[in-house]
Amino acid sequence: MYAFTYHRPDTVRQAAGLVARKEDAKVLAGGQTLLPTMKQRLASPGNLVDLGSVAEMKGIERKGRTIVIGAMTTHADVAGSPLVQEAIPGLAALAGNIGDPHVRNRGTIGGSIANNDPAADYPAACLAMGATIITNKRKIAADAFFQGMFDTALDEGEIVTRVAFPIPGKAAYAKFPNPASRYALVGVCVAKRGSEVRVAVTGAGASGVFRWPEAEAALSKRFSSKSLEGMAAKAAGLNTDIHADAEYRAHLIGVMARRAVDAAVGK
Amino acid sequence: MATVSMTVNGKAVTADIDSRTLLVQFIRENQLLTGTHVGCDTSQCGACVVHIDGKAVKSCTTLALQCQGANVVTIEGIAAADGTLHPMQEAFREHHGLQCGFCTPGMIMSAIDIVNRKGNDLDEHTIREELEGNICRCTGYHNIVRAVDAGAKAMAGSAKPMKHAAE
Repeated sequence: MYAFTYHRPDTVRQAAGLVARKEDAKVLAGGQTLLPTMKQRLASPGNLVDLGSVAEMKGIERKGRTIVIGAMTTHADVAGSPLVQEAIPGLAALAGNIGDPHVRNRGTIGGSIANNDPAADYPAACLAMGATIITNKRKIAADAFFQGMFDTALDEGEIVTRVAFPIPGKAAYAKFPNPASRYALVGVCVAKRGSEVRVAVTGAGASGVFRWPEAEAALSKRFSSKSLEGMAAKAAGLNTDIHADAEYRAHLIGVMARRAVDAAVGK
Repeated sequence: MATVSMTVNGKAVTADIDSRTLLVQFIRENQLLTGTHVGCDTSQCGACVVHIDGKAVKSCTTLALQCQGANVVTIEGIAAADGTLHPMQEAFREHHGLQCGFCTPGMIMSAIDIVNRKGNDLDEHTIREELEGNICRCTGYHNIVRAVDAGAKAMAGSAKPMKHAAE
């Protein structure tokens, strides 16, 4: 790890000021991706702005038909939250299956989506559930937020402060984890809110999380895994690597989508 | 250089450190508590697991500076004041839940965290799932799972307070 200067602001305003003022600054959330990346010298920020003391970025609240989660809320806290478990059990289950228990005690929702790892779990939930990503500057719809592998709509120095999930009628996530890394080889999140059905796929796409319109159309007619019988995604644009080729991932997307729908309807 | 203050195994400590210092380096090289191990150094193996404010974390993937004001408990801090092993330590001894012992501190700190979250009556499936972040290259896990099960039950009946309880 290369040397850096460490900062520990108490408010979002202070944090944003530091990021804007300090040369080559990076924001540190839970550190479960950034610190390993810095250890490998793939990232070498000159200034590290730790959000660990920013109390206003932690916690979960229900606002009408929306669950609002502070960006510095850990995966373990989302998974264990009675509010989330009651309103969006599929989201609590997703959070409770990220990485391992130790990673879940440090890793945060804001860090995960700002990083937009193409195999991360949260981006699929944000996209499928139509979440709104709230930053220190504006609100960004999930559809516009995730822009490709490790790429988001965030401007330089912009900080994710909260994520708002409209409470779906039914939603669930199913993932096929790589047995070593626990990252999703394929993960599919399905959500039904009113008559709208959205299906989001992570782990598979060469440019990160994406929606699967054919499955959405089929599920809009009837929200049952039977609607997806025999369906697989198109292999074009999917990753091929040592873990799985594009055809296998395309097949897995169909399987995971059916499992997610079954879980969402309580089968 | 930066100054950090935290509580380690009940003792208030303050040190001037390089900002890059990982918590595990701080524990081992600054505090000279070498029970916490560095296995993979890539947050996979769990040999470095300690408790921060009562929660199990990988100390190789945490900066010491992030623990400013925190309460850190390592494997050295869990036995009773009179030296009696923590029930989970005793269970690992009794059930031969180790061979080389390298992963054991992390296994035990994780196991105590599992009991804190999931209670004293654990089924085998839960134990195996929850040990996902701890790798052992000797035993094949069988005796570790038995030790965690027994240790969890023993913790229910344990009246002896830990030297530095991780609340």
